[in-house]
Amino acid sequence: MNAFRGVGARLPFVDGIEKVTGAARYTADLPAEGALVGMILRSPYAHAELLEVDTTEALKLPGVRAVITGADCDLPYGVIPIAQNEFPLARDRVRYYGDPVAAVAAVDETTAIEALSKIHLRVRELPAYFHSAEARQPDAVLLHDSKPGNIEREVHNEFGDTAAGFAAADLVREELYECAEVHHAMMEPDAALAAFDAERGHLTLWSVSQVPYYVHLTLARCLKMEMAHIRVIKPFVGGGFGHRTEVLNFEVICAMLARAARGTVRLVLSREETFLTHRGRPESQIRMKLGLAKDGRITACEAEVIQRGGAYGGYGLVTILYSGALLHGLYDIPAVKYDGYRVYSNTPPCGAMRGHGTVNIRFAFESLLNSMAGGLGLDPFEVRRRNLLQAQTETINGLKVLSYGLPECLDWVEKASGWRERRGHLQEGPIRRGLGVACSHFVSGSAKPVHWSGEPHAVIILKLDFDASVTILTGAADIGQGSSTIITQIVAEVLGLGYDRLRLVANDSAITPKDNGSYSSRVTFMVGNAALDAATDLKRLLITAAAKRLKVTEEETEWLGEAALVAADPAQRISFDEVVEEALVGTGTLMVKGTFTCPPEFQGGKHRGGAVGSTMGFSYTAQVVEVSVDTELGKVTVEKVWAAIDCGRAINPMSVEGQVQGAIWMGMGQAISEETVYEQGRHQAANLLDYRVPTMVESPDIAVHIVESLDPNGPFGAKEASEGPLSGFPSAFAAAIEDAIGLRFKELPITQMRVFDALQKKPPLAVVDAIPAVPAKGGA
Amino acid sequence: MKKLLRLSVNGKPREDAVAENALLLDYLRGTLGLTGTKQGCDGGECGACTVLVDSQPRLACSTLAHSVAGRSVETIESLSAEGNLSRLQRAFHEHLGTQCGFCTPGMIMAAEALLRVNPHPDRAAIRASLAGNLCRCTGYVKIIESVEAAAQEQPV
Repeated sequence: MNAFRGVGARLPFVDGIEKVTGAARYTADLPAEGALVGMILRSPYAHAELLEVDTTEALKLPGVRAVITGADCDLPYGVIPIAQNEFPLARDRVRYYGDPVAAVAAVDETTAIEALSKIHLRVRELPAYFHSAEARQPDAVLLHDSKPGNIEREVHNEFGDTAAGFAAADLVREELYECAEVHHAMMEPDAALAAFDAERGHLTLWSVSQVPYYVHLTLARCLKMEMAHIRVIKPFVGGGFGHRTEVLNFEVICAMLARAARGTVRLVLSREETFLTHRGRPESQIRMKLGLAKDGRITACEAEVIQRGGAYGGYGLVTILYSGALLHGLYDIPAVKYDGYRVYSNTPPCGAMRGHGTVNIRFAFESLLNSMAGGLGLDPFEVRRRNLLQAQTETINGLKVLSYGLPECLDWVEKASGWRERRGHLQEGPIRRGLGVACSHFVSGSAKPVHWSGEPHAVIILKLDFDASVTILTGAADIGQGSSTIITQIVAEVLGLGYDRLRLVANDSAITPKDNGSYSSRVTFMVGNAALDAATDLKRLLITAAAKRLKVTEEETEWLGEAALVAADPAQRISFDEVVEEALVGTGTLMVKGTFTCPPEFQGGKHRGGAVGSTMGFSYTAQVVEVSVDTELGKVTVEKVWAAIDCGRAINPMSVEGQVQGAIWMGMGQAISEETVYEQGRHQAANLLDYRVPTMVESPDIAVHIVESLDPNGPFGAKEASEGPLSGFPSAFAAAIEDAIGLRFKELPITQMRVFDALQKKPPLAVVDAIPAVPAKGGA
Repeated sequence: MKKLLRLSVNGKPREDAVAENALLLDYLRGTLGLTGTKQGCDGGECGACTVLVDSQPRLACSTLAHSVAGRSVETIESLSAEGNLSRLQRAFHEHLGTQCGFCTPGMIMAAEALLRVNPHPDRAAIRASLAGNLCRCTGYVKIIESVEAAAQEQPV
């Protein structure tokens, strides 16, 4: 009956059958007979003052039920309460090519398209800035009046004494790294369905969100409705990777259209529009400087990061803070100085993307560390081993590290890849092979939620009723990462029940408890802990009931999950149904709530922005990448990746493998081919052909090894497994190329064209390394 | 202009009045309510809408419905005969060849087409046959393993 056990089982996803049969309904699949078709008119200007949006003609068109503009919502929104500067439809100003200006709801698509063509804009074009340096020029027009220099947020901090650290170093190097902007490109395009109940004045919205609770708050704000009159439902969602961790304009627009049309509106964005909605990883320039002692010990780190953030705030200030905060927590570094600049530009807004804030700076850090290891004649593994943290500890910026399996991760990938025997001994000829290594880490949930309300970080409800089934009610958004499965496994483990008795209902604000959402890899850790809490409480109630029915004490009762018995006399045994019957006497349906709260001491340092990066547990990953390089064509093939992850405990090892493989592969996409391209602000790669997501042909085998460090606070010791592995790939890849052909790349993506060009003007690396190291600066 | 379209969908003969310019994808999803077939892009980029036309994989988003008149169309909904999963569906489920699931129907249909002509494909053949189907979750590793696992089983 119960083929799988609870925690540690390679359980197929609890919602997997619907996915393989096609029965799973995503937002665009929801039946909505007679729904109107919503469409958005987008700015054809990168930057302009909006003088007039004339909708007169569009409104006259037969079949048009609603036309809305910026005039219909005068309250800005944004995921960070102190940085809200976006409107669902532009008011006064458009700031990027694709910025929504107006929207229509019509009886069919043809009418909606025609209506959009009848909306006329009168504008005064403004100078537009497509790169950080242009936007930061002293005479640049400001995108947002309150932000001088078009800087959304500057971050400056120093922990420890970096000047002394560099002075003490035997080798100091400084390099510039550049990373192109990348996009999530989750497979399901953006979509929403909104139904306005005109009689009651109530609204229901179905959307692709990772954060239905934030959507709920924002709908109430922008539509000036009572929260109690709104219901938000998340159906199956086809991935997110951070694209959907903040409220997106189309969700609010769809709701506004439904209310204006007093009916139901479906708004399905094209792939191009989904690209324009963006929220991906920003184009970044990074100046990284490290000091190393002869033995490989890092003495100091100094980094400057400039991120082109796009037109609106979004998560921007968090991203620029993360980049600095996550310089810490991976290695033991005595002094770190960080300067970050988040810049507004006339491009689609950036936001959170898998590995939020840490991917590009990790590329720079690990790349420089690898190159300096070479400069000191040390093996890259040895350099890393010299700088390991000793758990349990607190970093100099106030982050706690209570579990740390990185040493074991390094050991495994070194051995599995045959590093010692193979590195430097791979075959010669026109096709050269190379190996590279890197490490990375990520938070298991942000310890301080962006909307601080004083509530627990997570809540789960278990409902047990007459039918002896347990319904798990959760607001945690499963977007394909498998969180519903993980929660179910935890409940099954604690109660000892079969999966056929458990049912999970998620993400309907009318039914399920509030959850902050699926971001910062928080669900396994936080919601998992809440599930553990709820299941433990329910088990206690059930044991009490069983003891009562068996007429013994609770201590004398043995809990078997599907049955209970008297420990001393196993013949006295009752079924789970009988236990439930007894448990409901005098009380009826049981609703047991479990919560999880992250204690204040884990919520980061006292410095400004110190909450960002704070978490109760970091995941750790080491990976080795093997490449082959065709030295005639510049074509680089990723042959194999070995990755070891410390995820604390693998509640579902198969799912952990899937997350690690997916994360590393996404890092590979960023490293080899992915980049958004804007030509005068117009997206030149807003489709899945020009935006080069790797296909199966260029995707390697990825071997995953799980290290279980058993975090003291994670549920059953578990930590995150889905974001950390991504950020190690690009630098391990660059190092593997360097190992193969002696050329060092500091710009992402490392395309075939870049490799080919570099091979044409190749000065062999030996020459580069012969340049004397930057002399250590005394107290500079 | 609508005109009569006669074809077979999932083994059943159909006669529907369908606009001349309607895409097969919209006919399947809109007229027939077969929403298992997904639209992931603006046309021919991602493979999520892969269906079989006379056992050949086709992108329903880039196929006019009337161009397959008289032919046999199979969608993901046809695979679980009598409620049981097909070997590919079972393998994708049990080996985690699906995460978010959005690419899955198209991926499974493309794999179905492959296994019909090549019952025991090697990894290179799997990669080549499914290269037009993008997945953003799995890194493809477990998809390849799922197809291999299905190929080990005899067809139902």
